[in-house]
Amino acid sequence: GCFVFKPSTKKRRSSEKTAHDFRSRSDDSEDTELRFVTCQSLWNQIKSETEQIQEDLNKQLLDNLVSFLSRSHSEFQEKTTEWTCRMKFREIPTAALVLGVNVTDHDLTFRGLSDVLQDNITPYIALLEAKDCPGIKNLMQKLVGQLMNCDTDVDSLEDEDCVQVSQNRIRCSMSSLISWYENVTKKTDSETPSKKRNSSSRHWQSPPVVVIFKDMESFTTKVLQDFIVISSQHIHELPLVLIFGIATSPMIIHRLLPHSVSSLLCVELFQSLSCKEHLSTIIDKLLLTSRFPFKLGEKVLQVLINIFLYHDFSVQNFIKGFQLCIVEHFYSQPLSVLCCQLVDVKKRVYSLSHDQCENIRRLPSFRRYVEKQESGKQIALLTNDSFLKEETQKLLEDLYVYHENYVSVLRCLHVFTSSLPKYPLGKQIRELHCACLENRVWETEEYESSLQLARMLNKTDLVTMLQQCVEILMSSSGKEFDKTVEKLKEFLTQFQNLEEASQERDVSVSSQKELQKKTDLYHLQKTLLELKESRRSKKLTKFEMLRFEVVDYIDSLVRKYLVPADNRTLHEIVYFNAATVLRGHLNAAPRTALHTALNNPHWYLKNQALKCDGGGISNKAPDICIVYKLHLECGRLINLVDWLEAFSTVVMAAEEPNADAASSDEVDDIIHARFIRAVSELELLGFIKPSKQKTDHVARLTWGGC
Amino acid sequence: MPNLEHPAYPAADLLHLESLVPCRESQVSMLLSIFGERQQFSFPSIFIYGHTSSGKTYVMQTLLTTLQLPHVFVNCVEYFTSQFLLEEILSQLQSSSSDAEQTCPVHCDTLNDFVRLFKQAVASRELQDQTLYIVLDRAEQLREMEANILPAFLRLQELTDRNVTVVLLSEIVWELFRPNVQCFEPFTMYFPDYSIGHLQKILSQNHPPEYSADFYSAYINILLGVFYMVCRDLKELRHLAALNFAKYCEPVVRGEANERDTRKLWKNIEPHLKKAMQTVYLREISSSQWERLQHDGGEPGQLKGLSAHTHVELPYYSKFLLIAAYLASYNPVRTDKRFFLKHHGKIRKTNFMKKHEKTSNHLLGPKPFPLDRLLAILYSIVDNRVAPTANIFSQITSLVTLQLLSMVGQNDQLDGPRYKCTVSLDFIRAIAR
Repeated sequence: GCFVFKPSTKKRRSSEKTAHDFRSRSDDSEDTELRFVTCQSLWNQIKSETEQIQEDLNKQLLDNLVSFLSRSHSEFQEKTTEWTCRMKFREIPTAALVLGVNVTDHDLTFRGLSDVLQDNITPYIALLEAKDCPGIKNLMQKLVGQLMNCDTDVDSLEDEDCVQVSQNRIRCSMSSLISWYENVTKKTDSETPSKKRNSSSRHWQSPPVVVIFKDMESFTTKVLQDFIVISSQHIHELPLVLIFGIATSPMIIHRLLPHSVSSLLCVELFQSLSCKEHLSTIIDKLLLTSRFPFKLGEKVLQVLINIFLYHDFSVQNFIKGFQLCIVEHFYSQPLSVLCCQLVDVKKRVYSLSHDQCENIRRLPSFRRYVEKQESGKQIALLTNDSFLKEETQKLLEDLYVYHENYVSVLRCLHVFTSSLPKYPLGKQIRELHCACLENRVWETEEYESSLQLARMLNKTDLVTMLQQCVEILMSSSGKEFDKTVEKLKEFLTQFQNLEEASQERDVSVSSQKELQKKTDLYHLQKTLLELKESRRSKKLTKFEMLRFEVVDYIDSLVRKYLVPADNRTLHEIVYFNAATVLRGHLNAAPRTALHTALNNPHWYLKNQALKCDGGGISNKAPDICIVYKLHLECGRLINLVDWLEAFSTVVMAAEEPNADAASSDEVDDIIHARFIRAVSELELLGFIKPSKQKTDHVARLTWGGC
Repeated sequence: MPNLEHPAYPAADLLHLESLVPCRESQVSMLLSIFGERQQFSFPSIFIYGHTSSGKTYVMQTLLTTLQLPHVFVNCVEYFTSQFLLEEILSQLQSSSSDAEQTCPVHCDTLNDFVRLFKQAVASRELQDQTLYIVLDRAEQLREMEANILPAFLRLQELTDRNVTVVLLSEIVWELFRPNVQCFEPFTMYFPDYSIGHLQKILSQNHPPEYSADFYSAYINILLGVFYMVCRDLKELRHLAALNFAKYCEPVVRGEANERDTRKLWKNIEPHLKKAMQTVYLREISSSQWERLQHDGGEPGQLKGLSAHTHVELPYYSKFLLIAAYLASYNPVRTDKRFFLKHHGKIRKTNFMKKHEKTSNHLLGPKPFPLDRLLAILYSIVDNRVAPTANIFSQITSLVTLQLLSMVGQNDQLDGPRYKCTVSLDFIRAIAR
């Protein structure tokens, strides 16, 4: 696999155990059970949602493939004896499936594909991976094994048969496959209609055998060539269809296969949705919605998106990261128990314990809120639990309303910004979302420049945008937008009126005509100057006035609704903001970690004695750290004797400050042994290796060596 | 034209055979004279070679089946191990001897077993008096099996002491086979390529029933005129002929031209065939897509070929890694300091110019480079700081699996892995944009 990354947290354990884990760490609250349940249900909801989205996105591709497959062997089905069919070379129908470089996502696509095929086309599907097929022999074994097994899956009745087959060592050759296929199809033919199963009636008489090469790039040329040559010889008896999963570009077919082989194939191209679009849809459906109470903070979202864009392009990993955020949030934030659907909030707020109330009071955003209240209310909030609960519930409801409004207004703003030249606020809604979450968007330069640009939009664009905004606001669930919609509609009618009015006066047009009449260069220049002057000094037209009004109105909406979430009270409950934790989990830096561990053992061991200052080498550190630090000072080749000398000096320095002359010429055996051990540990870690150039030297393998 | 004559076989069969193998009469008559009569011992092994689709397999198969000589026909690509091959030969022998009876799977691991079982099989078939022919197609595969297989097949007659002849078919010459000095030299025979006249004759032979032979032959003439320069493969030509014939007939079907109006037909088909040469022949678009296009009367321009989709979307750092790899592969190490260091000092121009190589590095192909150099170049070409995270390293591995980079000398992972960049300049240009 490529771009693989395994999230390193506690997932997929048995539920009881996880609940227990939740409790064991967060001793300060008794809501762990509830938090765990909430987390689970939320994740399940999100998971089913994402699966649904992915299914929808892949639908087009899968439909195309299914129609291709059903077409591919139709000639074979009809057994036409036409002249062209006789003369034509029978090519193997092949689908080249270009899936993009996000190999981790392919599994899901292939699973969906094989499910769909199983339902619609054929029960005979084999999925082959390059790592299982280093040679043609292994490939045939895998193929035969998978095909014969899938048969037994369907026919559970003929269990004895299959056991027999597996016992007397199947001959993994094409001929055995052909005889198997004949048997299978004959069996379904001869079956009486009453016995006929549901599944077989959906397939044809002789369904094609689909062989999927999951990662075309990794297959060796020889294996593929041999397989294609062999199967093309038997295409008349065994209706094969190949599907190549391609991560890069379809050119790879020509690169891997010579013309003599590729001429045996009848390749059609299928392209899956770009992973960036996929991500946009996921973000749109998962994050920019008020359906899920859990939200991502700006930094966290940025980390996830950066990993996606910079590193792997994998939507699966993005979702895994999102899952990690959910787990981490519910695990580390005791108040996350309130991060639930609005209907449950009331009940949960009133069942909060005193400790939890204290937790609320400790939230920075709540403190800010308290400070703004008058003194009587301040005291009530800080001392009276039930008052606090009431207030909390109200605040949470406010937060919910804020979300609803936020999303709608964000979409409206996106309608405007996404059509501006050069996209000062980003082309995608996710960029806009991040910008809004980060700080007050209206204070940024980009926002300023995009407003400038918006003031120069032409009328048709403006009208369509306004219409889109009206639609978005109408469809949103927020209650506050009635007035806004009215206002926007008013703008629209004003534009309409303007159009009628403008038809009457065509002053500027006439001056243009005048300009065309003049041929004299001097006069032309003069009139042009005049025109320019007049334009500058001219009062704004009605349209321009209206345009300003519209832009100002949008601006006011933005200022009102797109307040960054950090400014909202109690945002800590629903927003996950621990970006550093997430980065540590998802974007591991092994080299840095190793270097820190060896260079600064205090970091991990937490031993006060190890705390060193500056570049000095402490002799209390573990041997390997001393050896490592010493080796950093060396070049590409390290003399072992010198190294040992240095090591013993460091070690002896503290132990025997008044070292005798005797110990200086003869190194202690124990120190020698410790040194050897530390060096071999370094070798094991891959920092050094024995060198063949000089016998008593070792070569450095890491930085600084070159 | 030499008519096939042989006292051992009836004249009718020979005539039929002759009609089936046009342009190969001399080879067939040669083979017949080597084979001799049915019960006569023939040459122990015959090696036939010739270019792709010069009719080796076809001629052997038709010869053996029309004359009803006992034979076994095996493709060595399909039976890729010696065990499979031997078992397949035996099972074919058995199945032809007793059709109704279910053949039990034979086990044959070694050549010794094979000789023993072979004798049994031959005895059970009761054809001691007839020569048995074992034809091994794509015999070049035999070289990759155990060392004793090929010499043993060459001397099978001697080893089994039965009347058997092994025929090897291959596309490469015997000199590339010769396993060792003592091996038995087979009788070698060359099948020359078909000439354009031959191709014309063979292709015109099976014309569609709806049209006259002359009409079809004129079409083949045009087809060969276009394709003969690039393709002499009979199979491919026949395929192309079948694909494009419908288009050729179009004016006739519509009644705009009659069958003799060659010029008009030529005008109609010629650009079409040229387009076919650029698309279908190269497998840029598949033949079924081509047919559909013809059917709908659309222009092939709307369908993009496979090579049109060259663009590959890569993550941000993958792009930079690939560019860095390209730079490392094609720039000599000594220029690194000059290109990637901020304060590289003065360039000693004269010195550099003198040393400048005449041959472009692109002609020499990519050179391997160590991982450290790749990362160093990466750090210098990316604007902001890059942390050497696990993600960066895993991207290098994924680039290797995507075949955009390739690993050189993968014996030791710890020993500073070395890579090569395998993509072209155009690809890098597209990415760097």
